[in-house]
Amino acid sequence: MKKAIILIALLGLGATSYAQDLLGILEDEAPETKNYVSSTFKGTRILNGHSVENRKKGTLEFIISHRFGRVNLGVDELFGLDQSNIRFAFEHALTDNFMLGIGRSSFEKTYDGFFKYKLVRQSTGKNAFPATISLFGSTAYKSIKDYDPNDKPDFNDRLYYTSQVLIGSKLSPGISIQLSPTYIHNNTVRTKDDPHDIFALGFGNRIKLSNRVTLNAEYYYTFNPLESLNTKNSLAFGVDIETGGHVFQLILSNSITMIEKGFITETTGGFFDADIHFGFNISRAFQTGGRKKRHQLKKL
Amino acid sequence: MKTLTLTLFMALFIGLAHGQEKYITKQGNISFYSHSPVEDIEAENNQVLSIVDTSDGEIAVSLLIQSFIFEKSLMQEHFNENYMESHKYPKAIFRGKILELGDLTENDKTATIQGELTIRGISKPIETTANIKKMDDSIVLTGSFLVEVKDYKIKIPSIVANNIAKTIKVSFELIHQPYN
Repeated sequence: MKKAIILIALLGLGATSYAQDLLGILEDEAPETKNYVSSTFKGTRILNGHSVENRKKGTLEFIISHRFGRVNLGVDELFGLDQSNIRFAFEHALTDNFMLGIGRSSFEKTYDGFFKYKLVRQSTGKNAFPATISLFGSTAYKSIKDYDPNDKPDFNDRLYYTSQVLIGSKLSPGISIQLSPTYIHNNTVRTKDDPHDIFALGFGNRIKLSNRVTLNAEYYYTFNPLESLNTKNSLAFGVDIETGGHVFQLILSNSITMIEKGFITETTGGFFDADIHFGFNISRAFQTGGRKKRHQLKKL
Repeated sequence: MKTLTLTLFMALFIGLAHGQEKYITKQGNISFYSHSPVEDIEAENNQVLSIVDTSDGEIAVSLLIQSFIFEKSLMQEHFNENYMESHKYPKAIFRGKILELGDLTENDKTATIQGELTIRGISKPIETTANIKKMDDSIVLTGSFLVEVKDYKIKIPSIVANNIAKTIKVSFELIHQPYN
């Protein structure tokens, strides 16, 4: 009796494997893959600050950013639109994980150069990891000639350094968040009360409104702000609109500058006093060089 | 005990004998091509899974949308994010039948394939002809067919409407090896 049961069971087993349909076999044979999460943010910036995103290898991006004057200047200044600060930049992805950029801001005639390296990518499946981590480093050179003639700063005195660890996570297809611990070193400061080394923590997020439009917010909390200025923490709200090779970002922020040492440490406007600057970032991506096509493997 | 061992062997044997009629590939090639006055768009997937059962002509094909490689990386991102929504619908699947498979030789013969193509969770019947031949141990299936973008409810914003064709040509080359 026992044998008979085993026999029937085995036959049953044989029959099910026989009847297993072809798609089922494909499911079983599919290699277990690690899937990287892409597009945590649409652009390389959340709003003012960098996002964890890099462009893919060979992409050259030209970015024009504007921040206008404060909207509470009233109709005489057309709500700030008469004043304009511009930064334009070329940003080039040398590999999928490493990009370099150079930019020039009209505010204090500042040049900046940066790198961003994607250390870890968020993934699902085999060996999943919950976040994307990027390292960011930037040097800014303030070239404006507004110094005391008797105390002319040399090249080194005009430099500012920013280092950031960007930790971003796409919680769901619609919601992404980011934490950005930041360290800024100023080679020169206005008064001896001002710290040379400033620490800050950034928070950013984005909510997808549709496939091509997202709503973003960004806040930087500064632990030891400059003493010689009445500084405020930087706050920004905005939308990303994507059309083909362009990303438009429309921004409302209490910061006027578009580089880290500026908006993190030198923001003086109060967002809730309506010291708000309207601004935008426009980027156009160009593909330089062809991407290598994966060669077809003819044999298993 | 003897009966048991015998049955076990038989079950195994049945499985094996059946397996020899199936041919599989994990590195099949499927590409698509969109022609428009503004630009031509091409993408290629070299990790297509496909299986053919020569006993009855049944065929199943499965691929991951995000394994399509584009020349422009931003295009690839938009393809996944905005058009195909590959986070929601990671796979495209075809299941169908090769009609009148008959005996296969080293020369290409034309066969009709009927089945159902599922993209973005939407299944549509499809019929196409393909070239099929047997080379050494492998079964080679090549051909192409046309897919209407609107059949699968892929939304194309008006701003890029001229860049993307309404009908996409899909080409395949599947070299199946015996499946054990």
